[in-house]
Amino acid sequence: MTIIPDGYDPKQAHVVSEWPHERPLNACRFDPAGRFVFCGSEDAAVERFNLADGVRKIMNGGHQTWVKAIAMSKDGSLAISGGCDGKLTWWESAAAEPKPIRTIDAHKGWIRSLEVSPDGTLLVSGGNDNIVRLWNINDGSLVRELTGHPRHVYSVGFHPNGDSVLSGDLIGGLKQWETATGKEIRIFDATPLHSYNGGQQVDFGGIRSIAVSPDGKWLVAGGLYKATNPLGAVHEPLVLLFDLESQKLEKQLIAEGITKGVIWRLKWLSDGSIMGLSGGGDGGFLLFWKPDAEKDYHRFKLPSLARDMDLHADGLQVATAHYDKHLRVTRLAAKAT
Amino acid sequence: MKINYACSSAEHQVARRQFLGSMAAGAGMMAGGLGVFTSRAAAEQLRSDQKRIVVFNMHGGLSQLESWDPKPGTDTGGPFLSIPTSVPGIHVSELLPQTAQQMHHLCLVRGVNTSEDDHGKGAYMMMTGRRQTPAGNFPQIGAVAAKALTPSDSVLPGHIQITPGGSGGRGNDSAYLGPKYSSVSLGNGNPPQNTTRPENMAEASDAARQEFRRQQNERFLNRRRTAVTEAFAYSYEQAEQLMRQRDVFDVTKEPPEDVERYGSHDFGRHCLLARRLLEKGITSVQVSHSNYDTHNENFNFHIEQMGEFDRSFSCFVADMAARGMLDSTLIVVLSEFGRTPNINQYYGRDHWSKAWSVCLAGCRIPRGIAYGKTNANGTAVEDGQVDHGSLFHTYLQATGVDSSGSFDIDGRDMPIADPSTAAVTALLT
Repeated sequence: MTIIPDGYDPKQAHVVSEWPHERPLNACRFDPAGRFVFCGSEDAAVERFNLADGVRKIMNGGHQTWVKAIAMSKDGSLAISGGCDGKLTWWESAAAEPKPIRTIDAHKGWIRSLEVSPDGTLLVSGGNDNIVRLWNINDGSLVRELTGHPRHVYSVGFHPNGDSVLSGDLIGGLKQWETATGKEIRIFDATPLHSYNGGQQVDFGGIRSIAVSPDGKWLVAGGLYKATNPLGAVHEPLVLLFDLESQKLEKQLIAEGITKGVIWRLKWLSDGSIMGLSGGGDGGFLLFWKPDAEKDYHRFKLPSLARDMDLHADGLQVATAHYDKHLRVTRLAAKAT
Repeated sequence: MKINYACSSAEHQVARRQFLGSMAAGAGMMAGGLGVFTSRAAAEQLRSDQKRIVVFNMHGGLSQLESWDPKPGTDTGGPFLSIPTSVPGIHVSELLPQTAQQMHHLCLVRGVNTSEDDHGKGAYMMMTGRRQTPAGNFPQIGAVAAKALTPSDSVLPGHIQITPGGSGGRGNDSAYLGPKYSSVSLGNGNPPQNTTRPENMAEASDAARQEFRRQQNERFLNRRRTAVTEAFAYSYEQAEQLMRQRDVFDVTKEPPEDVERYGSHDFGRHCLLARRLLEKGITSVQVSHSNYDTHNENFNFHIEQMGEFDRSFSCFVADMAARGMLDSTLIVVLSEFGRTPNINQYYGRDHWSKAWSVCLAGCRIPRGIAYGKTNANGTAVEDGQVDHGSLFHTYLQATGVDSSGSFDIDGRDMPIADPSTAAVTALLT
């Protein structure tokens, strides 16, 4: 049973910290031990910010180009970054001068998404070679390849019990795989998150984020819909809520009034709410839904457009990676008096 | 538009200044509705030397940074790396791995500055070599090439556009050259519309009505000949020939292994059709690839689009070279402009005409070079700056057309290309 932290109240959300970087940020993850936030940006480095004071450490040498995805080991001792160069790099997260421990050629093309298994032993990665791969987090060895996505894999995640892996692709294919065997267990129809624009001749959308509720009942997949002008960034954020067992699409969670946005990340909150980060022409928003309603019950407008989000282990702090070259931390609680 | 036919000598039907630099220009005379050469030998010589041009129009504005002029590791470079090519020292985007292997046939023009960020105006400039003015309209490169290079006894249209969609039809891109040189569009690569004889009409009946039409046209043309009436008559003759030679436009006649090589997507089929058309003697072919107007998620969309382009275009270039057609076929890859070095908040790039690239190959274009240079992060041209006007001259000069010459249009000399500029001599061997 999840415990709701003291002071938790999304309606009181407010930004508590913002720290600059030289380039727009793409990705962010909290250290589970609560000391750092790691970021990827429009350069080849990983940035580490001390959560206590914002002191930044630039971590070079792991990638040749942009870092799009970051994952943390369960104990927080390791940070693993995934780049547009297809490489995975392991870092000792708390080192005074972090150096790459290990770099492997993991995918052909971008790595778009990473997550560590609940037991902390496996890392799952997905990317532009249409393949999902499982890695031994301790030595970086390949454990298993999950093949079957016809297009780029946009997001990956684990079921809270660790028995299965979920992955979503550009054209709305959402697959559930058995972790132990790599066998495909289920396919969910998330095609509302994809569209093909005949005039512009482009496939667009994709499953940008996946999250299973802590009790294993719900699966949410986020992205965009109403893409009337894909090349012009005109589209609205959308979250699909599935009953995981029956695979039934229970609800489409929307954010009325946000006509230019996409869901970049989804997280389940301690009170059973779903928190989504929307970034787009209308700006950056933290959106809050309950599984029993289609419309968000609250939204918090961030100071600028954000591209990634993570939730601290305390259930209160939210990190957001922004285009305006800032990492921000928002607290889902009332301001301290 | 009246044509001065008071004197019907051949000399008066060519431009006053010779526009074919190295070729003996034949003058077409309408006979039975079709032009014939005054000298059959000259016509055959012209055909054996016939130059062709194919334009790949990267509709919407291809990003030079994700194609011909990558800047990896800079603030503007984006997430893609650059890769070496078959020419040591020249690198292109990693999105072009197969095209990189054809670099020894190609010429990258990296210093294009057209100073026009509007889609329509930019496209007009790149296609006509001039700025649009209220005073007049200018023919597109395909129409100019069709007029300058197509043998007069050719029974097929000289100017074909293969469009990503649409139903086909006739373009409006030949300006004062007249409708005879307007493009015939092959919507989604399909053969021209209405080129099969109605099932309920017997062949003999069709032949009889065509003969009757021909007689009436001749009678009319003998008294009232204009460019429009000539084009009207010509279009019927051309349509009849199109019906007879419909196979020319049927890409399904190409070997299945080539279909596989070029790619199963539309653009692959269109490139293969372009090869077929050029081999069958069409002078000017334009293939459009859509859409590169990537204000949003530029990188995702360029992965998609360049993936298609790379496979098909590299096959096309390799085939042109392998079949000995590169000496006679000019290849131009252009857009209306490039895209901003700056990456916007949507991971997009916007319109940018100050420093972008065009790719050329074939005819007199030097092979395996990169001409011109942009600065470290691609925001400005540092060396070898060219624009739409000088490129237009260069295309024509590369195919043997003296672009400083004129067409004789109704007794008026109409400069073939903008007389205020000239070809880029470094781009001509």
